Formats: sequence, C-alpha cells, structure tokens
Amino acid sequence: MSKRKPIHAVEELRNVATDYYQKLDRASKDPFQKVAWCSSVGPAELLLAFDFKVYYPENHTAMLGSSRIANKYIPVAVAQGYSPEICSYLTSDIGAFLMKETPLTKAYRVEEVPKPDVLVYNTNQCRDIQEWFAFYARTFNVPLLGIHSPKNIEEINQSHINYVEEQLKQMSDSLEKISGNDFEKKKLEETVHLSLETSNLWTEVLETAIVVPSPFTFFDGCIHMLPAVVLRGEQISVDYYRLLSQELEERVENGVAAVENEKYRLYWDGMPIWGKLRVNSEQFLELRACVVASTYCNSWIFSDLNPQVPFSSMAKAYTGLFINRSESSKEKYLQEMTKKYQIDGIIFHNARTCPYNSNTSYGMPKRIEEQTEVPNLVIDADLNDLNVYSEEQTKTNIEAFIEQLAGI
Amino acid sequence: MSHNSLFAGIDVGSSFTKVVLLDPAKNIYGSDIRFSGTNLRIAAEHGLHTALQHNNLDSRIKRIVATGFGRKNVVIDNQNISAITEISCNAKAAQFYYPNKALSIIDIGGQDTKIIKTRDGKRISFKMNRKCAAGTGMFLEELALKLRVQPTDLNSLASESSNPNSISSYCTVFAATEILSRIREGAALEDMVRGAFHSVVKRVMEIDVLENEVVLTGGVIAHNPTIVEIFEEELGRSVFVPPFPQLFVALGAALYALEEGTSI
Repeated sequence: MSKRKPIHAVEELRNVATDYYQKLDRASKDPFQKVAWCSSVGPAELLLAFDFKVYYPENHTAMLGSSRIANKYIPVAVAQGYSPEICSYLTSDIGAFLMKETPLTKAYRVEEVPKPDVLVYNTNQCRDIQEWFAFYARTFNVPLLGIHSPKNIEEINQSHINYVEEQLKQMSDSLEKISGNDFEKKKLEETVHLSLETSNLWTEVLETAIVVPSPFTFFDGCIHMLPAVVLRGEQISVDYYRLLSQELEERVENGVAAVENEKYRLYWDGMPIWGKLRVNSEQFLELRACVVASTYCNSWIFSDLNPQVPFSSMAKAYTGLFINRSESSKEKYLQEMTKKYQIDGIIFHNARTCPYNSNTSYGMPKRIEEQTEVPNLVIDADLNDLNVYSEEQTKTNIEAFIEQLAGI
Repeated sequence: MSHNSLFAGIDVGSSFTKVVLLDPAKNIYGSDIRFSGTNLRIAAEHGLHTALQHNNLDSRIKRIVATGFGRKNVVIDNQNISAITEISCNAKAAQFYYPNKALSIIDIGGQDTKIIKTRDGKRISFKMNRKCAAGTGMFLEELALKLRVQPTDLNSLASESSNPNSISSYCTVFAATEILSRIREGAALEDMVRGAFHSVVKRVMEIDVLENEVVLTGGVIAHNPTIVEIFEEELGRSVFVPPFPQLFVALGAALYALEEGTSI
C-alpha cells in the first residue's frame, strides 16, 4: 500500500503552533495584556492593530474533532439546551468548556483556553457563530462585538462594502475603549499588509496542486492552513508559508507526487470530516486519487486586502467569501476551479450540522454536473459529530465513485 | 481456459450473503443465499461450498470477485479474490440482462437502498440512502418484529389490501409505533402493511429521479412482489425485474470474475 509522504515543514508548523498557544496562555495570565476571541474569518487585522492577542475557538474545536473526542462533549452542550442539529463546532467546544477540558493541554501543555476581554465575530460564515460567542460573552461577562454581513451575494457592490466598512469603524471605536489603546492607522495598514502577504503565499502553496501530479493534497492543506487562520496579520505566518512554498516548489521540480501514480484529480467541497482526515486521505491514496483542491482551504485567501485602504478592503475581502455568496456565484467559482485544477470528480461533503458550508441542499451537485460534465459524489457526514458518519457507507461510496471514473 | 472452469461472485450484504457460480458460457452453475451473521468470512466460505453443491470442486474455481458491505472480509484458501463495490456489480448485471438500454436500477437491500444509472453501457451516476433505515429492508424487518409477523408474511398481507393506509412518520421507529396505534384504533393490518410498502417506495423515489427503463433488484424486491406493483402504480409504467433479484449483485460480481479470469 502507498504511504503518505510527510511534508518536512510540519516540524516547523508544530513549533509555530506551540509558540502561538503558549504566548496566548501567558497573555491570558498577564493583567496588562488583552485577549480577543475572533471568528476564523473575522476582522483579525483590526484586533492585532490594537495589540490584542487573538484566539480562534474554531481552531480549538477542530482539534476536538481531529482528536475524535468531540462526541464526548456534544451531549454536554445538548443537555444545556443546544440542539444536536446545530453546529457541532459550537456544541463540542461549549461541552468541552463546561467539562473544563481542552486538547491544548495534551498538544501544547496549556491548561485552559485563554480568558477573553472581548469576543468578535463576523456573520459572513454563518448564523451559529453569533450564538457560540454569545455563550462565552455571558459566561465571562465581557463585551461581544459583531459584524453583520450582507448575505447571498451575487456580485459585491459598493453598498455592501460601505455597509461593512461602517461596522468595522464602529467596532474600532469600541476596541479602542476595551484595549485602552488609541487607534493607529499605520498599525492597521501593517497588519493588513501582513495578512495580504500571508494570503498571497497561501495561494501559492495551494496552487502548486495545479501541477500534474500534484505535490499537495486537500488533507495536507487542512493541517498546514493553521497559520493562515490563526496567525494572519503576523510576520510568523508569512515566514512559515515561504518555507512551505519552497518545499512544495522543490517537489514540483523533482516531480514528487503527493499521491504516488496519481490517476484521478478530485475537488472537495464543504468542511473536512476532522475525525476521519487520516482515514479519508489513506483511502484516496490507495485509490490513486488526489484531492487537489477545496473550497475550504481556499476560504483563507483574501486577495482583496489592500493596506492603503484597510477598512474598505477588509470589508470587501471578508464579505466576498465563497460561503457568503449566491448559489449561482458559487457555481461559477466551482466551474472555474474544475477547469483550473483539471478535476475528474467533485466530492460534496453534506455536513449534517453545517448547512452554511454544505452546498448540497438546493440542487447544486446536479446543476454542477450538467454545467461541467464532471461527475460528483455527495457524502453525508459531519465536521465534528461522528455519530452521523457511517464509515462503511462512506468508504463504499468513495470506492464506487472511483470505479465509476475508471469506467468499471 | 477449461470449459469446466467456474467463476464466483460473492455478495456479502449486511443481512444476507449471496453466492453465484458461473460457467464460461455465463450459465449459473450454482448459487446460495444465507444469513451473513456475525462472521462474514464463514458466511462467504459456507455459501461458496453450498453453491458448489458440496462437491469438492474448489480447483474448478478460476476467479472470485467479492462485493457488498463485507467484501473485504472474504478470504478463501488458495483463491485470489478481488473486491468490487456492489454498485459496480449491480450495474454489471444490469448490462448483462438489459444490454444497450439506458437504465435506472433500484437496489433495495438490508441497510442500503441505491439508485444506479447507466447509459451507453456505462455507469453514469449512483445515489444511496442517507444514514437512515427508511426505505430499506431494515424498515420492513423492524415493522414485522413490532407486528409479531414473519418478514416473509408481509407480502401476502399487503397483497390482500386494496386500500393502503398511508403512514406519516419517516423514522422507522416512529412509523412502527404509528402503525400499531392505527391498528389499535381499528385500521386493518393488511392496509397498514400495504401503506408501509408505499412508504418504502416513496422514500426510494426521493433518492433520485427515475429516468428511462427502471429495473428493480435486491432482497426486498425478491420477497415482496407487491412492492413492484406499487412502483408500477406510482411510475405509471412497467418496470423490469430480473429472474433472481436477490442474486443480482452476486451475478454481477461473477461476471466480473469471468472477465478477470479469462483475461489472465
């Protein structure tokens, strides 16, 4: 059986992640240092400009998922009245908090999640994030600030940008008071500049997979995306992606394939199944299928950021996310991706508790198949809740899909 | 290749294990259907032995293809076995029986229901029920258990009704409770069972659009011909049912075994 090829930069990634969480832990214990919690596609640059240390609960809960312990915590939140049908990121994270447990202890020797001074979200990704953060705002008795983004956007126009920009400016006024620091435009320009650089380098990394055979898979992306999520706006993420990009370029030059004898190139739409990342990736490896691109990893590309106009460019970049777009706009994007990466088949993950990040409820797979003539497969699973995942059924579906592509 | 050669397809399903042996002329030499039980390897081994009519003819087997839920569990001494999904095997058998037809093949099994589409001799898509027993054999087994009747008696009960009593619950557990409540209120058992069959058909028709010629296969079809009638009522046209619907997937696997065995 083929083996996964380790990416050497992962050693540095471990150091980066350890350093990030230990610094957060120290900040949490330091009365002079403020900590902000931020949604994964929230206004990180603004928080960094006020010298907040920024913590992202979504990364924490993805760790609960990937270490397959989320189902220990989901029932705890459900017993508090949170439905098992809502976001399992939310239910597993709140459940773990109520049980006073965190995977940070085992991974980074950090005893508890950092205490927030403020919680900041953007509804560009979903409705549930607001309720998730509201729980912690009540628990810690700290302010909750939100950007309420326009939804279902076909094409972004100036009124969308103005609406979000205004909210960002109001948020900046509130953050000034909470942090005790004055707003400095130069600082925001610098964090936006670093975020843009991170985004550009992350794009370079992801686009190495355009090459046939691809040096990189979606499953690698799920691991190596961490700095783009939790450290964008900081120099360390720029440095990390320079390192990773260089290693992948070397792979390309030497013809090193992430999947030995790559035969099929697939696209993954929707969330990863965190607890089954290894199982899924090994099955595709065995079937000589490389998942070369994904909507999920591409979600941390913010090419519209512009340090010269930080507020309006943040408004544009964060409102224009795939998840926030209309069905037809998403379809155009998937058509482009299918061509760009020479895709043979698309996997749609229908995540039971994440309707926002599942594009299977309004007939899109059927339409995309008609538009692109690229066959697709819908997998029913979840991001964190493995109780709604059937391993045998999923494996059979994937295997049968590859047999279909092979003409068996 | 000797004309004595045999090619085996073993379909290890969640409820039953099915075996089909083909000779080189694609005639069925032997077959077997048995409970899969808890030891899938033993079920496959014993099924194969019975299909060989208990003769010590193992040396005549040239190739085995295993399929179904337990396809990776099949181990037969001295035999080279390959695994192909039940979806491909089903389409293979359909192309054998109904060559050159565009088909929507429905396979209602113990825990899975699938709709597989073929066109120009190729499989173009497949869809499976979500992680829920509604519309599968398990729904009917659960119902029989609650009604204290044998699953094999459901068809004769349904066939005696001309007035199906519709069931509103989607969930297998709630549907069984609803049926019991209605019977307590005076509904006829036969009408409720026919209503349950209608419910299975509705669930299946939600999986995908049924285009072109429709083929019905699987154990539920083999044991409940009334479901075929209901499909025809709902679709307003005739459907195909192959000679041995429960052995259909195993036959497809045996056809693959024949192809693999003769291409060596």
